[in-house]
Amino acid sequence: MIVLWIVLGVLVVVVGVSSVVLVRRRAPVPPPAPPAPARPLPEAAPAPAAPPTEPAATEAAPAPPVHPARIEERLGKTRGVFAALRALRLRPSIDSGVWEELEEVLLRADVGLPTTEELRHRLDSRSVGGGEELLTALEDELRAMLSTQDRSLRFDPESGVTNVWLFLGVNGVGKTTTVAKVAKREMAAGKRVLLAAGDTFRAAAGEQLAQWADRIGAEIVQGAEGGDPSAVVFDAVQRAAARGNDLVLADTAGRLHTRVNLVEELKKIRRVADRPPGRVSEVLLVLDATTGQNALTQARLFTEAVGVTGVVLTKLDGSAKGGVVVAIERQLGLPVKLVGLGEGPDDLVPFDPGAFVAALLG
Amino acid sequence: MFEALSERLERISGRLRNRGRLSDADIDQALREIRSALLEADVEVGVVRQFVAAVRERCSGEVLARSLTPGQQVIKAVHQELIEVLGGQPLRLTYAPRPPTVVLLAGLQGSGKTTAAAKLARWWRQQGRNPLLVGADLQRPAAVEQLRVLGAQAGISVFSEATNPVAVAEAGVAEARRLGRDVCIIDTAGRLSVDQALMDEVRQIAAVTSPHYTFFVVDAMIGQDAVATATAFHAALDLDGVILTKLDGDARGGAALSVKQVVGRPIVFASTGERLNDFDLFHPDRMADRILGMGDVLTLIEQAERTMDEEVVTRSASRLLEGRLTLDDFLEQLQQVRKLGSLGSIMKLMPGMSKEIRQAAEQVDDKKVSRVEAIVRSMTPAERRDPSIIDGSRRVRIACGSGTSPQEVNDLLRQFREMQRMFKGGPARLGALFGGSPAAFPGAVADGGLRGRETAGLRGPKGRKKKGGRVTPPKRR
Ligand SMILES: Nc1nc2c(ncn2[C@@H]2O[C@H](COP(=O)(O)OP(=O)(O)OP(=O)(O)O)[C@@H](O)[C@H]2O)c(=O)[nH]1
Ligand SMILES: Nc1nc2c(ncn2[C@@H]2O[C@H](COP(=O)(O)OP(=O)(O)OP(=O)(O)O)[C@@H](O)[C@H]2O)c(=O)[nH]1
Ligand SMILES: [Mg+2]
Ligand SMILES: [Mg+2]
Repeated sequence: MIVLWIVLGVLVVVVGVSSVVLVRRRAPVPPPAPPAPARPLPEAAPAPAAPPTEPAATEAAPAPPVHPARIEERLGKTRGVFAALRALRLRPSIDSGVWEELEEVLLRADVGLPTTEELRHRLDSRSVGGGEELLTALEDELRAMLSTQDRSLRFDPESGVTNVWLFLGVNGVGKTTTVAKVAKREMAAGKRVLLAAGDTFRAAAGEQLAQWADRIGAEIVQGAEGGDPSAVVFDAVQRAAARGNDLVLADTAGRLHTRVNLVEELKKIRRVADRPPGRVSEVLLVLDATTGQNALTQARLFTEAVGVTGVVLTKLDGSAKGGVVVAIERQLGLPVKLVGLGEGPDDLVPFDPGAFVAALLG
Repeated sequence: MFEALSERLERISGRLRNRGRLSDADIDQALREIRSALLEADVEVGVVRQFVAAVRERCSGEVLARSLTPGQQVIKAVHQELIEVLGGQPLRLTYAPRPPTVVLLAGLQGSGKTTAAAKLARWWRQQGRNPLLVGADLQRPAAVEQLRVLGAQAGISVFSEATNPVAVAEAGVAEARRLGRDVCIIDTAGRLSVDQALMDEVRQIAAVTSPHYTFFVVDAMIGQDAVATATAFHAALDLDGVILTKLDGDARGGAALSVKQVVGRPIVFASTGERLNDFDLFHPDRMADRILGMGDVLTLIEQAERTMDEEVVTRSASRLLEGRLTLDDFLEQLQQVRKLGSLGSIMKLMPGMSKEIRQAAEQVDDKKVSRVEAIVRSMTPAERRDPSIIDGSRRVRIACGSGTSPQEVNDLLRQFREMQRMFKGGPARLGALFGGSPAAFPGAVADGGLRGRETAGLRGPKGRKKKGGRVTPPKRR
């Protein structure tokens, strides 16, 4: 612990000295910025949430069934990039050149250096003959790393319990869109869903979810812009209980995992949502498939803070492979539960490790 | 998580000190380390290969400088190469001969285009221009509404209509002309580079608006896909520059290098937060340090400036150096530092911490910090001023009040005394806390001169270490 003191001390000295110098140097330069609305701190007193807007459409359209070929087809868009890999299959024997190519394929898929090296060690210890065999072995190893058994979303059917699924993640990954997609799916499955517009910070975030609610015919509880997000979620749970909704899907504002205050705010939202009759049965971390190795840090810190129960991997319809989830599942034991494949309300499928690995390797 | 590249290089090449030239074997070994550092920072594989080749070119056969160890010399080469690649020709802002100067923003979904549009508008207004924002994202729910809210915050009007994106963009430019606005910033919907229809659409928008500048907006957290995406956008739009967003996180941002390499146009702006003033011109030198994991004090300082209460920090810093720090100050200081982020993430931004400290700091989790805070909070003001009055029964009371054990309270008090002693030892002792080698300091590696104007602010702590006492202690303002 002594280290903590040193670190703090040094930090304060460094920051103190430098910022004084910098502030002095910069002082005359910039014109005063108009005060930006400060982000509310978690301590902010709960403001009563505005009454929920009435559902625009009462009938939910049943979700069209997702065609099994669809994920393949979508994921297949970028195949061919790895045509080199197919040539690999034809190699009669394994030399270091083959390894290098293979390593490159994995790295390009954002699998990351440590996991790639681990895969290489594992394959080294399995005696494989030609390229074909090597690739099959690699697929096996990758699937083994994604060996979580249960990828279902937890729902407590107990009466008197209002299930809450919380969606969180860094900025712009697709939380709000995912909330809408999941709502549509769960409504088609017969759940009585209520959306909680827990992003009271970002410009027009509540409006964005409200428009989604309109589009899919879901009910929504919105709060005042700049209000306390946990108050909105609390309100949503109360209303859900009163009206007989059994599932609250709570959107939250995008926040970087490094912002302590905002992570505290998230903890508070979780605590409040867990108060009976509410019960947080899923905490879903939304990750963008285009994100590189930072996704691992995001997953670690958010899990430590609020106990993430599953991952939603969005934007897998693009050219990014999302390989970092291999490390996330393996190191943190966090299952990827859902995959986002587009901007429409039906572009959501369960995570399928086999299809994912196949797409990863082109 | 990552060991700073400088430390790795020091370790492998420290023993080569006395040779006259960098040998090929030395360079090979160093380049392997550089390769993994870059990959860990998310630089794209192909770009890493090119970059490593360029560094090899730069280093090979180079005469060893007398003042540098081989490790330092390689780092210097890497650093210079990075700054050159990231920097290159900066964008010299010009304006269209016939106003308005049209600026088109494009990029993947959620990369930060809409926010950047408002930030740019605000920035241009500060340059004395009169911009108009045009909302041409008619696809995402409430996208135009979002731009309107941001526009209102910045005090800049927003044009949009419910037709189609190409028509809106065209009408927006006409509207800017009609209103006599000299800059017209067009926000577009996010799109994937593999989505042919949407890529065609943005190409059409460019065709009808003839933008003076087309900027690619990209998230600093992006991984290997940066290259494929940037290539496709560049092919479709002939980009003029890049806006790098979400730099306020702890991503190493290797994407900057990948994108720069394939687009070949400057990274013009850096976005470092959600608020409209979290926006600035891009600094290649800072980015170079960050990618190499050499810490980014400037970012740290900027974050500090935004979040910390300067007076509190200066006061505790000077008390600390004078050996008069009380637990009250400490508590205050702790709260200030925690506003910046988790200790682990702060440490990543600190250059030159010795490896031992860095490793240990990673083990300090923020829960422990909260316990420390709870203990101090459970003390009476008198106890905080003078911890020596804390006896057995007081200790038990404090432990109860903070939900900890008397042993923990004891440890904390002992450590606090040790820290006071350590800092009282003055600058020289403080220096020992940093890694012994000057290579640990990015400024030193880059010969001081490379880092530009702002670096001057850093001479404080650096000077303190090397030349003890030359830096005047911070004064109360
Ligand atoms: N192609 C594609 N785009 C997606 C997917 N999911 C979300 N998006 C798009 O990504 C962008 C950001 O989505 P949002 O749902 O607003 O993201 P968010 O995480 O709520 O963002 P903040 O609340 O601002 O942090 C939007 O343009 C969405 O349409 C997906 O699976 N595929
Ligand atoms: N932390 C941080 N967040 C940012 C930054 N820039 C933008 N954001 C946030 O990222 C999210 C997405 O930003 P937008 O401006 O909506 O992104 P966009 O590219 O317009 O998104 P689409 O229109 O959906 O494609 C929002 O929550 C922004 O507040 C930044 O520099 N740092
Ligand atoms: Mg959102
Ligand atoms: Mg937008």
